[in-house]
Amino acid sequence: MNEIDISRIISAVKMLCMEANYLIDPIVRERLQIALKKEESPIAREILEMILENHILAHEKQMPICQDCGIAVVFIELGQDVHIVGGDFYEAIQEGVRRGYSDGYLRKSIVSDPIFGRKNTQDNTPAIIHTEIVPGNSIQITVAPKGGGAENMSEIRMLKPADGIEGVKKFIIDCVRRAGGNPCPPVIVGVGVGGDFEQCTLMAKKALLRPLNEPNSVSEWAEVERNLLARINELGIGPMGTGGKMTALAVQIIQKPCHMASLPIAVNIQCHAHRHRSVRIR
Amino acid sequence: MKKIRVHELTTPLTAESIGALKAGDKVLLSGTIYSARDAAHKRLIEMIHCGESLPFDLAGQVIYYLSPSPAKPGMIMGSAGPTSSYRLDSYTPALLELGLKGMIGKGARGREVIDAIVKNRAVYFMAVGGAAVKMVQSVVFARLIAFPDLEIEAILELKVEKIPLFVAVDASGSDIFKI
Repeated sequence: MNEIDISRIISAVKMLCMEANYLIDPIVRERLQIALKKEESPIAREILEMILENHILAHEKQMPICQDCGIAVVFIELGQDVHIVGGDFYEAIQEGVRRGYSDGYLRKSIVSDPIFGRKNTQDNTPAIIHTEIVPGNSIQITVAPKGGGAENMSEIRMLKPADGIEGVKKFIIDCVRRAGGNPCPPVIVGVGVGGDFEQCTLMAKKALLRPLNEPNSVSEWAEVERNLLARINELGIGPMGTGGKMTALAVQIIQKPCHMASLPIAVNIQCHAHRHRSVRIR
Repeated sequence: MKKIRVHELTTPLTAESIGALKAGDKVLLSGTIYSARDAAHKRLIEMIHCGESLPFDLAGQVIYYLSPSPAKPGMIMGSAGPTSSYRLDSYTPALLELGLKGMIGKGARGREVIDAIVKNRAVYFMAVGGAAVKMVQSVVFARLIAFPDLEIEAILELKVEKIPLFVAVDASGSDIFKI
């Protein structure tokens, strides 16, 4: 049994909120640099150059890459041999978000009621927390701030098993096409296939967290990912929707077992400012 | 490779000053502009319906669809990139009718907005989303001028110097998202 005090969780979450917003994922930056080499449209090239320059400015000035510092999505892998002491675990995560967004000069974008009043909660809480119990005696915490522009372009559909892989591919490509320039392309396309209605959407979001240079571990699905990326980059949407070859940097799929009657599919679109940061507490 | 045409413009804009802009051109915009996004637009339209006078005269002005991140000590403003424009589509034609000449946002506009841009000889600029620290380098002054109760969605008056934009929809209705 490993005792972990909530004070360590609070400070870890605070740090992750700030770092995730200030520092771009190096693999995303590398993909954007490759995109710049491939892109021929002069506007697309200027846009990519500005995005790359912005990473450097954000890092130097310790300012958020994007003014939309997102809704804080927190993924927890909690080791089953961990005993959390000192207070409420979930409240510790919320407190970490509160301190990270306040001390880090991050924008607070959360409103308390979706319809009535839409009053800002002032501290970017509540965060969205997903917890998984895993073997071991440590806690892995990932903070993935998600901007509204990209999240708004995400979709779920319950396909028929008869729709098969072509139905799945069509839905994903149509979703990216419908999104156009809104989610700040070049995007990362997170996909969930299978599971049930609510698990499928979570799979789509989790798929974004897989490193961009790691293909799907199942070869058939890795091929689907490669094929979809090529087809999406033929859509001509381009950086910020102004036309070009680079509409997506990666397609990342998580597939899971599902009911014999079902074929759920969810697409969670991520902007080029793909922010996520992890730490393990032992 | 075709070169991008670059224009330098200063607000307030006129039908003449934006006449030469074509979709796909780059613009370095200077002068006073105003921030407003979802909640501020809703409020402006309600005021128009009630016949109230608006917090600033729209004639010749430019609205930036923006809610910046908080300023760090010693800074004018935090990160300041655009938000998606389509959410403001239902509000925009009424503002163009009152003389608004330009909007800054990201993503495509609906048919009704493009028609109103053509009718009122206006322009829709695109800023690069997710280049928010780069954008704020061009902001030299900011102050809250209306709707403080809307907090981070309040209207700010900004002074900008050569803020980098692209013409997304020009006054003839040519649309970069459709070219």
